[in-house]
Amino acid sequence: MKEEAKTILDRWRDTGWVIEPEARKVLKLYGLHTAPYRWAMTEEEALKGAGKIGYPLVAKIVSADIIHKSDVGGVVVGVRDDTELRAVFTRLSSLEGFQGVLLDEMQSGFELIIGSSDDPQFGPVVLIGIGGTSVEIYQDVAIRMAPITVKEAKEALLSLHGSRLMQGYRGKPAINMGSIAKLVAKFSEMVYDLRGQISSIDLNPVMCSSRKAVIADARIIL
Amino acid sequence: MNLKKIFDPKSVAVVGVSLTNPFNPANIIYHKNNLRYKARTYCVNPGGGTLYGDTVYKAVGDIPEKVDLVVLSIRAELVPAVMEECIAAGAGGAIIISGGFAESGRSDLQERVREISRANKFPVIGPNCLGIFSPPGVDTFFLPHERLIDLREGSVALVSQSGGILVDQTIKLTQEGVGISRAVSIGNKAVIDEVDMLEFFLKDRKTNVVGLYIEGFSEGRGRDFISLMKNAKKPVVVLKSGKTPGGSRAVSSHTASIAGDYKVFSEVLRAGSAIEARNEMEFVSYCEVFSCCSRKKVKNVCIITASGGHGAIAADGCFHGGLAVTEVPDEDAALLRPMLSKSVQGICSLGNPVDLTGSAGDFDFQTAVKFFLEKHYVDCILLLLLPYLPGITSDIGARIAQLARESGKPVITYMPHIDKYGIFIDGFESNGVPVAHSVEGAVYMALGLARRGK
Repeated sequence: MKEEAKTILDRWRDTGWVIEPEARKVLKLYGLHTAPYRWAMTEEEALKGAGKIGYPLVAKIVSADIIHKSDVGGVVVGVRDDTELRAVFTRLSSLEGFQGVLLDEMQSGFELIIGSSDDPQFGPVVLIGIGGTSVEIYQDVAIRMAPITVKEAKEALLSLHGSRLMQGYRGKPAINMGSIAKLVAKFSEMVYDLRGQISSIDLNPVMCSSRKAVIADARIIL
Repeated sequence: MNLKKIFDPKSVAVVGVSLTNPFNPANIIYHKNNLRYKARTYCVNPGGGTLYGDTVYKAVGDIPEKVDLVVLSIRAELVPAVMEECIAAGAGGAIIISGGFAESGRSDLQERVREISRANKFPVIGPNCLGIFSPPGVDTFFLPHERLIDLREGSVALVSQSGGILVDQTIKLTQEGVGISRAVSIGNKAVIDEVDMLEFFLKDRKTNVVGLYIEGFSEGRGRDFISLMKNAKKPVVVLKSGKTPGGSRAVSSHTASIAGDYKVFSEVLRAGSAIEARNEMEFVSYCEVFSCCSRKKVKNVCIITASGGHGAIAADGCFHGGLAVTEVPDEDAALLRPMLSKSVQGICSLGNPVDLTGSAGDFDFQTAVKFFLEKHYVDCILLLLLPYLPGITSDIGARIAQLARESGKPVITYMPHIDKYGIFIDGFESNGVPVAHSVEGAVYMALGLARRGK
């Protein structure tokens, strides 16, 4: 187990979950990269960060009190310029438990969820599903015992009912299955390594395009 | 732990027989084994005396030989001490029928049983179970022989937490003509659980198919089950209960909310090549077809029927389950037609389903089955037979079985299960061709083969 990862998890154990920028650090320790992002505590830092990331961008509330960010309007997509960012920052900073704003690149593509839970019977398992906010409605998911190989991850992806949607359905470009499968396999190794430490993880959504798969949000429940 | 002496005992001691109550479970177990099974059987009660003229030993240690298996049907509080006596007397293992352990708040007693067992490498099945049916040696079900049907011996091993489900399934399989190698009710599984039983049956030479009724694995044991499945050469069929999500547990992640106990169980088992039956009928169908047919890739099914309606229902079931009902090429239909009886040639329909009509007899079914077994576009034949057709004789089963044997491809038959048609059904089953008693059941069998053959 990576000590640094354990240190981060231990820091949040009393809170019960790990806020997004910290969760991203844990992922990074296991070679799971998210898009470049900035964690800004002040408006000034936010404007500076936006300069690095470029508009349009996504601004998200960071707060240990807000686990479901979208439910409280804590995620703003498509922030176009400094003026908009200032307004968004002001609004987000009034939300409960404000610990800054996370600025992220805008991503587009096919939304998958990649997750993990610590199952009482089977130990750490990984879940792959057609994702985004509708995941609980469609329940189109594959679950495997962690860790899994890239080949097993690919088979799991293909076992989804909606797998045709990923393979170039009605003129849309096929998404890069190889890169998602690699991501899932690496993620499965991480959750196996951290077994016993984590209750569940959501990488939701993971945005998939013909070129790559990008983790656009991460939540670790302890 | 070595379970050999439990499942193939040369001698059995039943502890807890009553000299006053003939319906005591221990008495039923003793008499049943003494009179009907091969293992030498002894009975034990600390009071001693005789039971229908047989010596009642005061302790397991007093029996003139080292017994392989001890069956305990005594008050829960007495179990740990008697276990220790059994170990001192050199017994090979125990089945604890008695209840009164974790299921009724005495986890401490169950823990004691576990400790004694582990410390002495003394295998224990139960407590709170029916024990085992392992012919011809032993049968610890405390159900009077006359209340049960004669169970058919064969190659399917059954494992169940629940004794009631176990007995039901042994009866249902027997009624379907499927033989049982051994059956075990594991009860509270203080020591031996589903995973240990799977491990034993995967190596057991009498067993070719393992069927398990599982309520749930103990912590982490699901993972051990899947590791065993990695090298499993025998088909493993699982029927799960407890599929409904329990209460409204507060979950804060999408994954935890979707990946409930059952969803994980079902997905992980499928990836681990165990075959989950969704209901009892699937369970019985899968056990039956696996006990008859060897592993083959099944994708394309040919339906041969005596009735258009039956053919259509079967075709729907196949499509729904993802099997292909491949169209018969015109040139093949043209070849087959003149080979059939004159009375059938003009009225049969040789698509797929192949409807030979009610005028068909043994000859026509044989001809069509042989014809399609030789085709590369047919992996499996569903033969839907109606025994009331005048042209069908009691030889049909043996004739079709011979063709199936020669080709190596599976043939699955449907025939209504009514006593009167036993003569037809026996012809198939005694020659290794599975017979379903509903069209749906026949389709399940084909689906089972397809899932196994992947």
